[in-house]
Amino acid sequence: MTNRMFLHMASLLAILLSVASPAQAADKAIILQSTTSTANSGLYDHLLPLFTARTGITVHVVAVGTGQAIRNARNGDGDVLLVHAKAAEEKFVADGYGVERFDVMYNDFIIVGPASDPAMVGGSQDATAALKAIAKAKALFASRGDNSGTHKKELLLWTAAGVEPTAASGTWYRETGSGMGATLNVAAGMSAYALTDRGTWISFKNKGDAKIQVEGDAALFNQYGVMLVNPAKHPNVKAKWGQAFIDWILSEDGQAAIAAYNLGGKQLFFPNGSRGAS
Amino acid sequence: MQDFGQAFSLAFALVFSGDADLLEIIVLSLKVSLTAVGLSCAIGLPLGAGLAISRFPGRGVVLVVVNALMGLPPVVVGLMVYLTLSNAGPFGWLQLLYSPSAMIIAQTVLITPIIAALSTQVISDLHAEYAEQFRSLSVSPRHAVTALLWDARFSLMTVALAGFGRAVAEVGAVIIVGGNINHLTRVMTTAIALETSKGDLALALALGIVLMTIALVVTAMVMTMRRTATAYAYA
Repeated sequence: MTNRMFLHMASLLAILLSVASPAQAADKAIILQSTTSTANSGLYDHLLPLFTARTGITVHVVAVGTGQAIRNARNGDGDVLLVHAKAAEEKFVADGYGVERFDVMYNDFIIVGPASDPAMVGGSQDATAALKAIAKAKALFASRGDNSGTHKKELLLWTAAGVEPTAASGTWYRETGSGMGATLNVAAGMSAYALTDRGTWISFKNKGDAKIQVEGDAALFNQYGVMLVNPAKHPNVKAKWGQAFIDWILSEDGQAAIAAYNLGGKQLFFPNGSRGAS
Repeated sequence: MQDFGQAFSLAFALVFSGDADLLEIIVLSLKVSLTAVGLSCAIGLPLGAGLAISRFPGRGVVLVVVNALMGLPPVVVGLMVYLTLSNAGPFGWLQLLYSPSAMIIAQTVLITPIIAALSTQVISDLHAEYAEQFRSLSVSPRHAVTALLWDARFSLMTVALAGFGRAVAEVGAVIIVGGNINHLTRVMTTAIALETSKGDLALALALGIVLMTIALVVTAMVMTMRRTATAYAYA
């Protein structure tokens, strides 16, 4: 249309950019695509200030499910990825979106459920047997249903138990399609069983009468991995600072900081970082 | 239901402790939503007024579309803006994703249809009164729009408030394009969502009470301004 119209639009853009500037002003900052389980447990509030004090690099955490975190990282919307779904992470690297994957820490999954324990699985150390019992009793089970790391683990356990739970979706098997906390809120609200990582459970405040029913099975191992988003694929990736974060979290200092984090005297994450084959 | 009582005392404690983190979140909420309202008004008001006074083929269809867009789901807007601003998207080079500007863009997309549709209604009513006079003085459409917007300014404040209410209350769009990053893009609604997911329902509700109080204060300020200005204009 006219020059006037153009000026109008230009001034709108100027307003937008003037408000926008603080994001770009933070000179040394990286975006960490990570999972709700690590962020909600408070681990990053403990770790990141230590890293920033050491290097002057600020870390902005986007906490979403592992599936979405990997998707965002594939789009180049992040510099470092720290999630917990080893197979998906290795595919991410194999497809060229990540540089190299390193183990960083672990904890474990647990099955929580109502104190009344309708499927009578309390105290069991056998996750697959417990899931079989839950399916047999048609006891309510709240699933993430969101393609997250926890959801993928849950599906592996159902397969191992020889149960196809999605056939019962909407009856005793309830797929929430939401994050860990939201799913635990649902489980607490409807007295359902749920698979959760221990970190989220310890820090979760709305437990109601739910408690840990199954723990200690080797199949419930929960490994976290860290990797740099490939700058060859996405030139915007801040490779130097992202690598500095990975180097630090795998260093003795970083690993000790992970081990030092606890809630109410309980250690949430156990460092097992290695530089792998490199 | 002890959560309610706990939430109210927590809300008071939060506000009166002058918690720096909370203040930062409140300021960002207001900054993002008020800027979005400003931009939406700059786009939506002339658009609405133009639609109100013009007659062209297909105008009915445009009106239906603009009105239907008032019901845009925030999460869909968030997704569209994410795909646009993502490094894999067409505007990735702007590097706006996970920044307050991305949140402003998303909220502007969300509420511009609301401002446009409601102002079309307001201006149409006023135009019905003025149309004959405009014709007799052969006023140009541009001047007609300016005059109508000016004379309807008090009703249009309510329109802007409706947009502000929608913007400040939505979580679906800003959590996708902002990422709920602490000290960068965390606003009231995303903080509430976060505390809910941590199972800290009392704190989540307390933040909700603070948010409602802010909305109340902003609305009261605009209404007072409107009343004072109206009294002054017609005194």
